[in-house]
Amino acid sequence: MSATDSTEHTRRDFLYVATGVAGVVGGAAALWPFIDQMRPDASTLALASIQVDVSGVEPGMSLTVKWRGQPVFIRNRTEAEMEAARQVPLSELKDPLARNENLNADAPATDIERSAGEGRENWLVMIGVCTHLGCVPLGQAGDFGGWFCPCHGSHYDTAGRIRTGPAPENLPVPVFEFVSDTVIQIG
Amino acid sequence: MSHGHSTYTPKTGLGRWMDARLPLPRLIYDSFVAYPVPRNLNYAYTFGGILSLMLGVQLLTGIVLAMHYAANTEIAFASIERIMRDVNSGWLLRYLHSNGASFFFVAVYVHIFRGLYYGSYKAPRELLWILGCIIYLLMMATAFMGYVLPWGQMSFWGATVITGFFTAIPLVGDWIQQLLLGGFAVENPTLNRFFSLHYLLPFMIAGVVVLHIWALHVTGQTNPTGIEVKQKTDTVAFTPYATIKDGFAMVVFLFVFAYFVFYIPNYLGHADNYIEANPLQTPAHIVPEWYFLPFYAILRAITFNIGPIDSKLGGVLAMFGSIAVLFVVPWLDTSKVRSAVYRPWYRLFFWLFVADAIFLGWLGSRPAEGIYVALAQVATFYYFAFFLIVMPVLGLIETPRRLPNSITEAVLEKNKRGMRATAQTAGEG
Amino acid sequence: MRKGIMAMKSFLHVLAALGLGVAFAGSAAAQGEDEGGTPHYPLKKPVEQSWSFSGPFGTYDKGQLQRGFKVYREVCASCHSLDLVAFRTLEDLGYTDEQVRAIAAEYEVEDGPDDAGEMFMRPAVPSDYFPSAFANPEQAAASNNGAVPPDFSLMAKARAAERGFPTFIFDVFTQYAEGGVDYSYSLLTGYEEPPQGLEIPEGTYYNPYFLSGPSLAMAPPLADGLVSYDDGSPETVDQYSRDVSAFLMWAAEPHLESRKQMGFTVMIFLIVFGGLVYLTKRKIWSEVH
Repeated sequence: MSATDSTEHTRRDFLYVATGVAGVVGGAAALWPFIDQMRPDASTLALASIQVDVSGVEPGMSLTVKWRGQPVFIRNRTEAEMEAARQVPLSELKDPLARNENLNADAPATDIERSAGEGRENWLVMIGVCTHLGCVPLGQAGDFGGWFCPCHGSHYDTAGRIRTGPAPENLPVPVFEFVSDTVIQIG
Repeated sequence: MSHGHSTYTPKTGLGRWMDARLPLPRLIYDSFVAYPVPRNLNYAYTFGGILSLMLGVQLLTGIVLAMHYAANTEIAFASIERIMRDVNSGWLLRYLHSNGASFFFVAVYVHIFRGLYYGSYKAPRELLWILGCIIYLLMMATAFMGYVLPWGQMSFWGATVITGFFTAIPLVGDWIQQLLLGGFAVENPTLNRFFSLHYLLPFMIAGVVVLHIWALHVTGQTNPTGIEVKQKTDTVAFTPYATIKDGFAMVVFLFVFAYFVFYIPNYLGHADNYIEANPLQTPAHIVPEWYFLPFYAILRAITFNIGPIDSKLGGVLAMFGSIAVLFVVPWLDTSKVRSAVYRPWYRLFFWLFVADAIFLGWLGSRPAEGIYVALAQVATFYYFAFFLIVMPVLGLIETPRRLPNSITEAVLEKNKRGMRATAQTAGEG
Repeated sequence: MRKGIMAMKSFLHVLAALGLGVAFAGSAAAQGEDEGGTPHYPLKKPVEQSWSFSGPFGTYDKGQLQRGFKVYREVCASCHSLDLVAFRTLEDLGYTDEQVRAIAAEYEVEDGPDDAGEMFMRPAVPSDYFPSAFANPEQAAASNNGAVPPDFSLMAKARAAERGFPTFIFDVFTQYAEGGVDYSYSLLTGYEEPPQGLEIPEGTYYNPYFLSGPSLAMAPPLADGLVSYDDGSPETVDQYSRDVSAFLMWAAEPHLESRKQMGFTVMIFLIVFGGLVYLTKRKIWSEVH
């Protein structure tokens, strides 16, 4: 008698557990679309790369373009700016890493590693968003002649490296390449 | 009956701490666990639960759709298409929401007809019924404004026609219409305010639903016999008995809902609404969504002047009257017996009324010409006659069948009859 | 418990029976009315075709979509826009990223303003949308006898001939959702000489399948051999019409396949879950009776 009782109990428990598990799994699966819809949609992702014509940007001139909703600074630097940046020893830098998406994560923040590389050292391409709290720094301003963030007083040098102020990192360099001598593709 | 003593006893220290400060667990326990429900409720009584589920589905999908929708006549149509094409799972959310509206109404109509069949509106449940009518009204307003948002041809012309109802009101009609539209025609200000209200009203519905459930828990459910609960054996605990039964009904309902969403998502919609709104060109046939069709038929049935009331105002009054009459149903029904189960004549008139409502719906989808107009007039007459003549008169003259003494007795009687039938079949076999 | 189900069942049966009866009476009355009144359009109902994407397991035939796209590009696109479709989505048709870039580059889109404040034209990229053949609806109307050629993005969902009773009830069970494509196929293959005695407006063409009149402003757009196919499919009006209709269905409902696939999973889950809940319910209620 008690044996049949316990089988009956096991069967019933199994049924309740199976139903409960199925309910939880179904509910969780049903929640997914509600989270999924928050991710960037297909039309946003399609705009993730842009091409910029820089043929008109002479040395000493800058261009700001919008990429993924953020400003990207493209600067054709003068000899003096490059020279000033090269003179700075790595030990003096607050953030010694290049923060360049095109290089390894541990690349040092030398001037050439911050720029567009061999032969294009004059070109500086950076996301113009202060690494402190996201304001847009002003160009050719601040104590080091680079960029200055008016929100909380971060000073960047002519290679976009953080020198003084609360910002923790150098201005990030996005993935980009010269698809021709005058056209940069960002992203 | 429900407001007996609370049987909730917190088991943990935290439970006791909470209970002394904010007895929310006690409220939930008393309302949705220990709460006694009649043991003889059939599946027609599961639609209240299904409606709560659908309200939840509509709120959730609606909130996320609003993250992508743009209420501007220039881009509203394209923003819907962006949801359908580019937003991750966007097509699913949008089809859930648009079909969800229809299934919300399917459930509410079964719920209302169930109430009419079993006399759920009779004393002491008049306020419960009226709160339900208010929810229904709010649902209609929400659905109408939601339908305008995609800014298709039907959206635009539906909004034009429906706001046009108000111009039938003497003297202030035009002023009211302009107040609603924010302009001289349906335009950007209209779309903006409709979006705002479409977002607001569901939360008001949720609020009235709370009152509706509160009122229900004060009087307790009716049941197919229409006899009030008298003894403990008449009821079972809400959890697990009603919860699991409601749960099963919900899964079945969701199955049908999912079938429409995944296989025929545009079946209940109008092809014309995939054409962007064009204020210069009216589609050949303007028809509202299916759940408004009976009222649309009543609106168009009044083609004649009644004394000083012209046909336009008459149609609008008849249409609003067809909903307003629901509010006074508790006082129109004079019967001493609640449930149609014991009222053979009422049962006949009730089913005629159901057929009449479906017929009106079908007429609403037909062009307003020829025989359809006459049929709509007959059907409209019966619609009102059911409430204004059948309900009061039948209650006075009908002889109801013998009522059982209690729910338990009714259940036992039925079981016995069922057993005898089974025994007979077994004997014959 | 069975009592409850039976009561509910009979409730529903009566409901259904009444509904059907009433609707039958109504439709009989309606048919009587139709004779001699104003004609109802379309004069002929669309011819139902079999489509690869119909039914619960329907999928698009990519070869057919590519052919249909070719017909659209070479014939329809000179008048009909495809505003809501982006080039990037053409990958659904089986094209590679490079092919999509090449197709996009064949179109010019307006961009700008440039540094001088001028708008300029540039080759399209995958993130662009199909450019319209006309600058604005007014220009489109002016070049087409006053009738604006409708946009094709949603055509397959934006056209539907009335199904009538009781077909519209059967449609729920047969999952008929191809009214739009059946219509466009029928329209494209349905041009013919007007019957004797029928006056049609100047500059329009008789087509009994047209939704809003006996004739339309569009001349028969297709002819045998007009578009060359490289996969050996017949180069006939019939085949062109079928292919371009399928392409329009894809343009209007690009996620149709994933919708039906997800639907199958959901239905299976609900059946299993519903079965479990039902057994649980029986178990729980068995203690009451």
